[in-house]
Amino acid sequence: MSEFVLEARGITKRFPGVVANDHVDFNLRPGEIHALLGENGAGKSTLMNIIYGLYQPDEGEILINGQPVTIRGPHDAIRQGIGMVHQHFMLIPVFTVAENLVLGAEITRGPMLDLEQARAVVRRLSDEYGLHVDPDARVEDLPVGVQQRVEILKALYREARILILDEPTAVLTPQEVEDLFRIMRGLTERGVGIIFITHKLKEVLAIADRITVMRRGKVVGTTTPEQTDERGLAAMMVGREVVLEVEKGPAHPGEVVLEVRDLVVEEHGVPVVNGVSLQVRAGEILGIAGVQGNGQTELAEALTGLRRPDRGTLILNGQEMPFEDARILIENGLAHIPEDRQKHGLVMPFSVADNLVLCTYYKPPFAKGLQRQPQAILENAERLIEQFDVRTSGPLAPVATLSGGNQQKVIVAREFSRPVRFLLANQPTRGLDVGSIEYIHKRIIEMRDQGVAVLLISAELDEIMSLADRIAVMYEGQIVAEVDAAEADKTTLGIWMAGGEKESAAATLA
Amino acid sequence: MRSVILSVTAVVLALLIGAGILALSGASPVAAYTALAQGAFGDAQAWQRTLEKATPLVFSGLAVAFAFKAGLFNIGAQGQLLLGAITAAAVGFGVEGLPAFIHAPLALLAGAAAGAAFAAIAGALKVYTGAHEVITTIMLNYIAINLTDYLADGPWKDTSPGNIVARTPRILDTAMLPTWGPIPSGFVLSVLLAGVIYWLLWKTTFGFEIRTVGQNRHAARYAGMRVARTVILTMLISGLFAGLGGAVETQGVVGRYQPGFNVGLGFEGITIALLAKTHPFGVIPAALLVGAMKAGSSQMQFVADVPKEIIDVIQALILFFIAAEFLLRRLLHLQPEAGEEQLVLSTGWGSGE
Amino acid sequence: MNPWRTLWQNNRGKLIAAAVLVVAVFAAYARNPQIVEAVLASSLRQSIPLVLGALCGLIGERSGIINIGIEGQMLLAAFVAFLVNVRTGNLLLATVSGVLVGAVLGFFLAFMSVSLRIDQIIGGTVINMLAFGLTGYFYQVGLVTKGKFTPIAIPGLADIPVLGAMFFRNPPLTYLTLVLIFVVQFLLYYTPWGLRTRAVGEHPRAADTVGIDVYKMRYMNVTLAGMLAGLAGAYLTLEAVGSFERGMTNGRGFVALAVMIFGRWNPILSWGAALLFGFATALQTQLQFMRAVRIPHQFIGMLPYLLTIIVLAGVGGRTRPPAAVGQPYVKE
Repeated sequence: MSEFVLEARGITKRFPGVVANDHVDFNLRPGEIHALLGENGAGKSTLMNIIYGLYQPDEGEILINGQPVTIRGPHDAIRQGIGMVHQHFMLIPVFTVAENLVLGAEITRGPMLDLEQARAVVRRLSDEYGLHVDPDARVEDLPVGVQQRVEILKALYREARILILDEPTAVLTPQEVEDLFRIMRGLTERGVGIIFITHKLKEVLAIADRITVMRRGKVVGTTTPEQTDERGLAAMMVGREVVLEVEKGPAHPGEVVLEVRDLVVEEHGVPVVNGVSLQVRAGEILGIAGVQGNGQTELAEALTGLRRPDRGTLILNGQEMPFEDARILIENGLAHIPEDRQKHGLVMPFSVADNLVLCTYYKPPFAKGLQRQPQAILENAERLIEQFDVRTSGPLAPVATLSGGNQQKVIVAREFSRPVRFLLANQPTRGLDVGSIEYIHKRIIEMRDQGVAVLLISAELDEIMSLADRIAVMYEGQIVAEVDAAEADKTTLGIWMAGGEKESAAATLA
Repeated sequence: MRSVILSVTAVVLALLIGAGILALSGASPVAAYTALAQGAFGDAQAWQRTLEKATPLVFSGLAVAFAFKAGLFNIGAQGQLLLGAITAAAVGFGVEGLPAFIHAPLALLAGAAAGAAFAAIAGALKVYTGAHEVITTIMLNYIAINLTDYLADGPWKDTSPGNIVARTPRILDTAMLPTWGPIPSGFVLSVLLAGVIYWLLWKTTFGFEIRTVGQNRHAARYAGMRVARTVILTMLISGLFAGLGGAVETQGVVGRYQPGFNVGLGFEGITIALLAKTHPFGVIPAALLVGAMKAGSSQMQFVADVPKEIIDVIQALILFFIAAEFLLRRLLHLQPEAGEEQLVLSTGWGSGE
Repeated sequence: MNPWRTLWQNNRGKLIAAAVLVVAVFAAYARNPQIVEAVLASSLRQSIPLVLGALCGLIGERSGIINIGIEGQMLLAAFVAFLVNVRTGNLLLATVSGVLVGAVLGFFLAFMSVSLRIDQIIGGTVINMLAFGLTGYFYQVGLVTKGKFTPIAIPGLADIPVLGAMFFRNPPLTYLTLVLIFVVQFLLYYTPWGLRTRAVGEHPRAADTVGIDVYKMRYMNVTLAGMLAGLAGAYLTLEAVGSFERGMTNGRGFVALAVMIFGRWNPILSWGAALLFGFATALQTQLQFMRAVRIPHQFIGMLPYLLTIIVLAGVGGRTRPPAAVGQPYVKE
């Protein structure tokens, strides 16, 4: 019997233009938590997708309990005892918990589904592992923390001995992270080996038995929490010393630029933004913290003209703004870094130059009457590419050919190159590498220092805490608390994010 | 260049499979295709026939291609064309005493307006109710067929003695469009229109809005564009082209509205638009090709005894191979160009998004 | 979750309207039994191709594939079924041929959507054009039919007032369709196949990660669904009309999609929607026949198409189609 329940040897995977995994070795012992740490794009997900059979490696082999195996797809992976909780949950939103649990491995009675049996299994596993969920709840109605439990239950139902958790903490409150860690320890006590993928250093040090760091497709090294610290891990991860703190001076707030009064956004008759009032002053950053899915997206859409609120008032520079009219907001000084840059922020097949005038294409110098002015559009692009250091083969290259970080720079360049009074940055650094994150943070602080009112929405509590001057916490569509960033601490924010003491207790029981 | 290779390959493959079907059904593909080519290009008269057949096809091809640019699928070009044709006929026979330089354009405009209004219904339905234009424009096609049949058999019926079919009277000479040598003036008009569309799409801010809406509706809203207005206007303009095509057919070729006018469900426009890779200049050769097949099909039926519906099959095959780019690229070892514009029509199906 | 309860909760308005309609029908029956029976029987006949088309559409869409080629599937199946009947005089063989043609075209749609990743709306258009072209090309004037399916009265049940005439004096394909509606309902909501089908249409990647072969499911379902469209075609030539005419489907394949949407992608509700369409058609024919209304026949002819537009406009944006419908699935 091998010491390792899982072993990957010399895994290489090439994609057009990149080597995503370059002779990667990785192993896992039973009952161990082995963290896989690396930046976005370091190759962690590729490796896990190979282990789970979603990709086939170009070179290398995978051994389960010392035996070489070929994993052609998730079906094989499941048979080998591998379970995976993906970063974006793989649950069917309109199905119940029980239906999701058995999907693909259904319990039947004759030709029929036996959902009664499935419910019983949910209850049994819930009790056994302390993961409480209602088998009849529809998944889309559940908070993300509970959805994650459903994912773990799915793996346990399939008798997984190896559990891969891909960025499991990204969507959780600090308290939910604690719960998850408790669950993870419970699983390891029963001999389940866990691969914990993350880019968060503190969490790795708190929970992992071993830590393997990847950078640019290669394994940089394997260590343990005892042998290293945050600074050491960060250096391994990025390959240079990293400034962990964002440098920023004190804020000098001026007049109120954005005022929102009693904003209500309903979806299917249910308020998802429920009476939000807030003010952002010139020269300050208001951060909105909260677990994903508590109305931040809808709030941002309402404030940027993408969605019609059902009630409320929106005042920019002292003037009341019409609803659902992005053009008027933009002309009154709105800049918007959208949550989903490929969906809202860019037209992928269009050139960098066209994307850089996406909001101003109709104005001089980019248009004279109905006629577009290609020369002016091109010059504008050349200037901004230079100024914002966008890496592209040229202004006429389709923006789809750029890397994620450079695509985000195109958006930032476009939005910051107009006269801006109010900046709404929604998840501005999601999915970017450390270099790009530092760059975007610096630019946002520059905007603040130039007197722009900034509203920053982020699910990354660390980002909010390091950038914001004031922090508001959003929970179930409401602003439940607002504090000065200097007075904020992670535990209190976490409790608010979960809806206060009472509510968080209830959530654990649900 | 690559898109030309892909289009030519699609046509060749479709013709080959068409030949296979001909052979299977006991006809001689060589004889059939020879007769087809003869009928389309054999002499000056054949050329004129081809150009006449191609003219409404350029219009409907432009109509479909233009709507594609905004991500809209106007399967209703046929219905818009019918309404344009009958409205132009009504103005052509009903308005008297005008000089030709006013009467003919007036009839053209009336036809264009009818097509535009009819298409705008589908645009408005999509924007305000979320009803997908694919179904609504097809339903509007059937409604147009019934409506034109009613008009041609009722209020606008040709009451001259001996007429029993549902058709309008002949239009006045002042409403007829001239033919210069073998070239119908309507064809010239369609080519000019392709130029106008090119300018509109790529040189104007409105065109930028249309293309943005077509490629990424969300980004268009983000940028403050009026998506609803753009969708309705695009449908309206698309219908305007189709209506104009109908008017040109009435005023340039048939001289009245009569049954059997351009039968089919407007599928030709779709094939042509896709064969042209939705580019207005590509529409002209694509329409000429399909027009030639239509022009030559009678001769093929007569000489080679092959039902002319084979050209519908060939058109369907062209559409298939054009759409199956994935397959063709493999066959030809062509890499897709990075960030190439995609034609996606199936988003928002049933959900109104 | 009890699907019946969900059904009731989501469709209270429609179900109440249906109940009112039923009461109205019985009231009318008291006045003139023959006409009411005729209209109802005709409603059911008109609804058969629509509900089969809708079942075909909903199985496809539940698996994530839009099928606008139903019209073409019906047309070519109707044609082939007719030809086989003319050649052999064997109605059963003719039906089976029609069903197979539907399946072949369904498989072709799956090939285009799944393997070639052609935009599904274009793929469906290809099928429609092919069917129009092929039927036109191979159509010969003067073929004489060898008879059609005749009604079989079910002893006992056929004599029930109203319902007997409507449901129990029908030709075999009608009975088959009525059974199929409930079979599809059962399969979709009570079997592993149904659970997987719905999963593949909602979130194919999630289905893939639990080991379900998305491509296989889509191929299989669109092919099976094609059989239903094929059956609808066979119904038209072998049971309803008895012969073939060019373009005889007259947009029924598209109307069926509206029926499917109105029926919220649910077999039984779609049947209700199809009956509504059938009722509208039957009623106007009857009114026309009785000269109760004097409207040009062309306007009467427009009715089903207008009704389709009205229904789509009425429910559009307020229904929830399967989340992944229309999107090609690309394995990582």
